[in-house]
Amino acid sequence: MLKVTIDNIEIRVEEGTTILQAARMIGGKVVPPAMCYYSKLKGSGGKCRSCLVKVVKGSAKDTRPMPKLVASCSTPVQDGMVVENTISEEVQEARKGVVEFLLINHPLDCPVCDQAGECDLQDLSFGFGMEETSTVEPRREYPVVDIGKLIKLHMNRCIHCYRCVLAAEQLTKKRAHGMLYRGDTMEISTFIQTAIDSDFSGNMIDVCPVGALTDRTFRFKSRVWFLNPMNAHRECSKCGGRVTAWMFGNEIYRITGRKDQFGEVEEFICNECRFEKKDINDWVIEGERKIKRQSVISGNHYEHLKKGSIIHPIEGTTEPQE
Amino acid sequence: MGRAILLDKANIPGIRAFGVYRAHGGYNAAGKGLLEMTPAQVQQEVIKSGLRGRGGAGFPTGLKWSFLDRKSTRPRYLVCNADESEPGTFKDRYLMEKLPHLLIEGLILSSYALGVRTCYIYIRGEFKYLVGILETAIREAKKNNYLGEKILGTDFSLEIYVHPGAGAYICGEETALLESLEGKRGNPRIKPPFPAYKGLYDCPTVVNNVETLAAVAPVIGMGGETYSKLGFGKSTGTKLMSACGNINKPGVYEIEMGLPVEDFIYSDEYCGGIKNGKMLKAVIPGGSSVPILPADLILNTSRGEARLLTYESLAEGGFESGSMLGSGGFIVYDEDACIVRNTWNLTRFYRHESCGQCSPCREGTGWMERILYRIEHGKGRMSDIDLLVRVAKNIEGNTICPLGDAAAWPVASAIRHFRGEFEAHIK
Repeated sequence: MLKVTIDNIEIRVEEGTTILQAARMIGGKVVPPAMCYYSKLKGSGGKCRSCLVKVVKGSAKDTRPMPKLVASCSTPVQDGMVVENTISEEVQEARKGVVEFLLINHPLDCPVCDQAGECDLQDLSFGFGMEETSTVEPRREYPVVDIGKLIKLHMNRCIHCYRCVLAAEQLTKKRAHGMLYRGDTMEISTFIQTAIDSDFSGNMIDVCPVGALTDRTFRFKSRVWFLNPMNAHRECSKCGGRVTAWMFGNEIYRITGRKDQFGEVEEFICNECRFEKKDINDWVIEGERKIKRQSVISGNHYEHLKKGSIIHPIEGTTEPQE
Repeated sequence: MGRAILLDKANIPGIRAFGVYRAHGGYNAAGKGLLEMTPAQVQQEVIKSGLRGRGGAGFPTGLKWSFLDRKSTRPRYLVCNADESEPGTFKDRYLMEKLPHLLIEGLILSSYALGVRTCYIYIRGEFKYLVGILETAIREAKKNNYLGEKILGTDFSLEIYVHPGAGAYICGEETALLESLEGKRGNPRIKPPFPAYKGLYDCPTVVNNVETLAAVAPVIGMGGETYSKLGFGKSTGTKLMSACGNINKPGVYEIEMGLPVEDFIYSDEYCGGIKNGKMLKAVIPGGSSVPILPADLILNTSRGEARLLTYESLAEGGFESGSMLGSGGFIVYDEDACIVRNTWNLTRFYRHESCGQCSPCREGTGWMERILYRIEHGKGRMSDIDLLVRVAKNIEGNTICPLGDAAAWPVASAIRHFRGEFEAHIK
């Protein structure tokens, strides 16, 4: 077991644990935000740089600090490591910078975006974003495309986290989806407009942290905060069949995976469950799903957040220690 | 002044051919290393020589080799980084064009020291014409038993392959290079793990620059100790400088480290002074990504000492008043050069070459380019200057690979030293 201290909170973790995973074990405010890391996708992380932390002591053996801020999602813990996240001014500044970078080309079209209310980028910019933009230039624009019958791609909103690319690679048999071009003209695309028709392609919508990939069967049907998230299950031959059904009265508006407090699905679900079973009789409703992350959807009421407060789980909050 | 130990044979007619190179003492070092020394001794000589990476970072080569995971049962690889794409740097091209056998000799010795049986030369796509030159040299070396099975009758075997890239600057970053070599998109990897443990095909790998590996041949030839006496202080040996810009004699020069910058710019042996008798305005001393320095700071440090061409002297004063030796791409600007336009041009390059993987570099390089475009085209605002400084600061150090730093430093340093020029553009 390795000892690591994050924001003055000590924890013992297995070898090979990353700083981010250790912070998630502690929970609460010390957890760095993660836009690209997804624990269920191999090789994810390291790209968005919003989880940067400062390592003030490399390990018990080598006590030197690391020269640069490191991505906590891809840096393994060393025994005796001391990490600063919320208590480091430098980290907070860098994170503000990252949020600004992520937003300069983002269309900020939240009022017409289906992801609004459950968007990681909204949460992040609420916590770290500036109130004014420093750009005067026009933003990147791409046409909106349908990739297959079920998924809509708004490339304008994409933050290039690679999660959907990895999901397509790891969950589906036929990979028809990847990154084209490079630099700030880089875009997600299907190869020569090939439709994505794998049974598990819908999970790309769940892993997308922003509204770049949205469910065509749910587009513009409702704002997510008007819906009641319910745990539901059914017998399914392709997947576990355990989902969250988003309901209004007795009507199911959409089906998603069950997301945990870090916005990650507990298990991936198949397209049949997600897109085809929208009748209440298809499902066994277990009861209301408590949204554990701080969000405007927490059982149909608004949470009161102060500007500048950090998004953290409501339950079991651990405060950083000064 | 100085001794040429890399380019000493460069101007012999027909030196590209094995026979001519051999007749002029070529492959003597390889013979010495393979027949008279153990691999550990070869590595020891390189450590003793104080040879440092010539690709830009200046990391001690012997130390880098010692990180290689020797416990692993997997094969080891040596990769020669010939993806020389930094604006202003063209020394490796010259070396490979003139002396392909010198590089091969260096590769043989390095592979021998590292216990490598397969070696790749990852060459920039635009250097297509060099692929043939290198492959001919490899064929010749193989025919003469300096490559292939049981080299010179020893148990050591080595194959060298030349692999042309597709022309991406980012593939000069070692992990992006390895990705590209594996046939994938050239995105830098997230470190750790480092290539010394998990490099090419997940095997222990050493990646070195062309000039570094070529220099291993003279190091073994003359002995590490003798080599370490060349140069100045911790910057041992000689360095290839590719000089360009507003000078009378642009070209590739081999200098002994420690040569004063002033001599390099003004002496007839090297750059031969500024073109048309103009005044020196600024110099980028180590390839486009290192900070630009104005004339007074490139000739003398802020403490008033003469600036020398060494890793330490050029870096003296940190980024406040210093720069870096980098890859040795020496770009000289005369009094008529426009720093704003030049900086804009450089950011255009970095915007184009950013791989787009991590947010600060992807968005930041584009943003800086757009701001500088505005300033250069008369649409700047005074607040843009501070905005540029802030954007550069937010990129620096926060990216996956050093391309972010490389894009941020020229902008930050241009504003630091030539703020007035930016202001004049905006007014």
